[in-house]
Amino acid sequence: MDRRVVFNDRLLPYLLLLPQLVITAIFFYWPAAQALRQSVQRQDAFGLRTEFVWFENFQDLFADPNWRDSAVTTLIFSTSVAFLAMAIALGLAVLADRDLRARGAWRTLLIWPYALAPAIAAVLWGFMFHPSIGLIAKALGSVGIVWDHKLNGPQALLLVILAAAWKQVSYNFIFFLAGLQAIPRSVLEAASIDGAGGSRKFWTIVFPLLAPTTFFLLAVNLVYAFFDTFGIIHALTQGGPGKATETLIYRAYLDGVVNLNLGASAAQSVVLMLLVIGLTALQFRALDRKVHY
Amino acid sequence: MQQAIAIPAATVPQERLDATPLRRNTVAYVILGVGVLLFAFPVWLAFVGSTHESSVIGRGELPLVPGAEAMANYAAVWNRGASRSFTSPVRDLLWHSFIMSMAVATGKIAVSILSAYAVVFFRFPGRMIFFWLIFITLMLPVEVRIIPTFEVMANLSLVNTWGGLIIPLIASATATLLFRQFFLTIPDELVEAAKIDGAGPLRFLRDVVLPLSVTNIAALFVILFIFGWNQYLWPLLVATGPHVETIVIGIVKMIGNDAATDWNLVMAAAMLAMLPPVAVVVLMQRWFVKGLVETEK
Repeated sequence: MDRRVVFNDRLLPYLLLLPQLVITAIFFYWPAAQALRQSVQRQDAFGLRTEFVWFENFQDLFADPNWRDSAVTTLIFSTSVAFLAMAIALGLAVLADRDLRARGAWRTLLIWPYALAPAIAAVLWGFMFHPSIGLIAKALGSVGIVWDHKLNGPQALLLVILAAAWKQVSYNFIFFLAGLQAIPRSVLEAASIDGAGGSRKFWTIVFPLLAPTTFFLLAVNLVYAFFDTFGIIHALTQGGPGKATETLIYRAYLDGVVNLNLGASAAQSVVLMLLVIGLTALQFRALDRKVHY
Repeated sequence: MQQAIAIPAATVPQERLDATPLRRNTVAYVILGVGVLLFAFPVWLAFVGSTHESSVIGRGELPLVPGAEAMANYAAVWNRGASRSFTSPVRDLLWHSFIMSMAVATGKIAVSILSAYAVVFFRFPGRMIFFWLIFITLMLPVEVRIIPTFEVMANLSLVNTWGGLIIPLIASATATLLFRQFFLTIPDELVEAAKIDGAGPLRFLRDVVLPLSVTNIAALFVILFIFGWNQYLWPLLVATGPHVETIVIGIVKMIGNDAATDWNLVMAAAMLAMLPPVAVVVLMQRWFVKGLVETEK
């Protein structure tokens, strides 16, 4: 864990740490502390008086049916995105791990979407599914499905899920492929010799051996779906129609930046902070298991 | 991969030698092909859209093949932006994104190398506390501290400045963890040799540690460049002025009022916005994959 031989300067290590610590103190710890403080305070309508209200902001938040709807939307959205993006990526990775011709080219063709910004993915999908000019929307219309994600809530949710999952598949693909390549060929050959067929071999050997990767990716994908997809929702639906695609992050943004409701926004920030702490813990437990496997 | 190469031919199952790989893997090729098309189709449509007139798209008559307006459309967004929605020229937006991603990637790497070096190669009071203070920032993304961070930015007059856009993004727990991990693998003998030769810690950093870290730095640079290029919520909050606006924010603004959107221009701008990060990933694929898989360890 630690080195045996080190340098002996007294001041230098602090100077080396200084830039990073100054930035984290000013832009991470101070604001986070402010969020904690504001979450137990309430300002009057003119911003003149601030009083300490214990956990009233949290009680109001949890009692608000709109916030609970956002929580449910977030749950549906993030589990769908994580499942779709991981399942498709695993399937593609298993196939790309075979001895194919032009393996490198296949991989490049499956990896590049990693580079796309979520908001750009949203712009592309918004264009394909545009209710009046979109090619896919028109094709759906010709088989009798009226597509209008600007008016139809479930369709809007489906669209942001598809765009978000589409962008995330390559990331998972890279990790699943690395995981597959780490499985010793001898194990698979032993199974073949014992007469295990393709799908049997996958579910009894490959999938369990990939468990640490899968577990790790689950945490990463949930973080992605919670936080990084803000750009997708902002660019594609703005949380609408109604509140159909309003996730917890989007709601926190609306309350804080658009409605300037400090107490409510801060309480949401604290709830989200707890969520991130939980997910990060999950992610690092996954890594631990990977190490000790 | 390496194991696959090391296996002597005799242990390779017989079927693998007999069947031609092309026929045995037909299903795999077909499914992978569908996957590739699924990824490429939205981008192809965007490309096609960027080569037609606005009215063709507006009537809902976009064909599947490119039209003849590519030069006109790309020239228009490059020099003027999507005119009807009063946005900046795309060349400015791209330049802003480029400055931001380069600065964020370089800054994160520099700051992280220094802190990892301090934590690994020195013993001093508070060492682990500082390490944990850096580590915990992983759990404090912008999204969970939107308003108070904005207040700090406003108090420091950093809103709509390059410093405000870039500096808060430079702290990096992930990069610090990666470099710490790597520095721990540098043999003690090298440090001892340096000390015997009378080289101080800064000399050792410059002449030994940095040259050894080149691969890691390159790998991390690719990831962080893309990270910077694709930022959304942060520039949306603190970089709304035309002189710092980034391309990703600019494009979403171009869509603005839906009825008046020139989709051909928006798609041309989107193609230009995708080009730099995709080129970086494709050209530096090996480093990038290595960096990605190792950063997350």
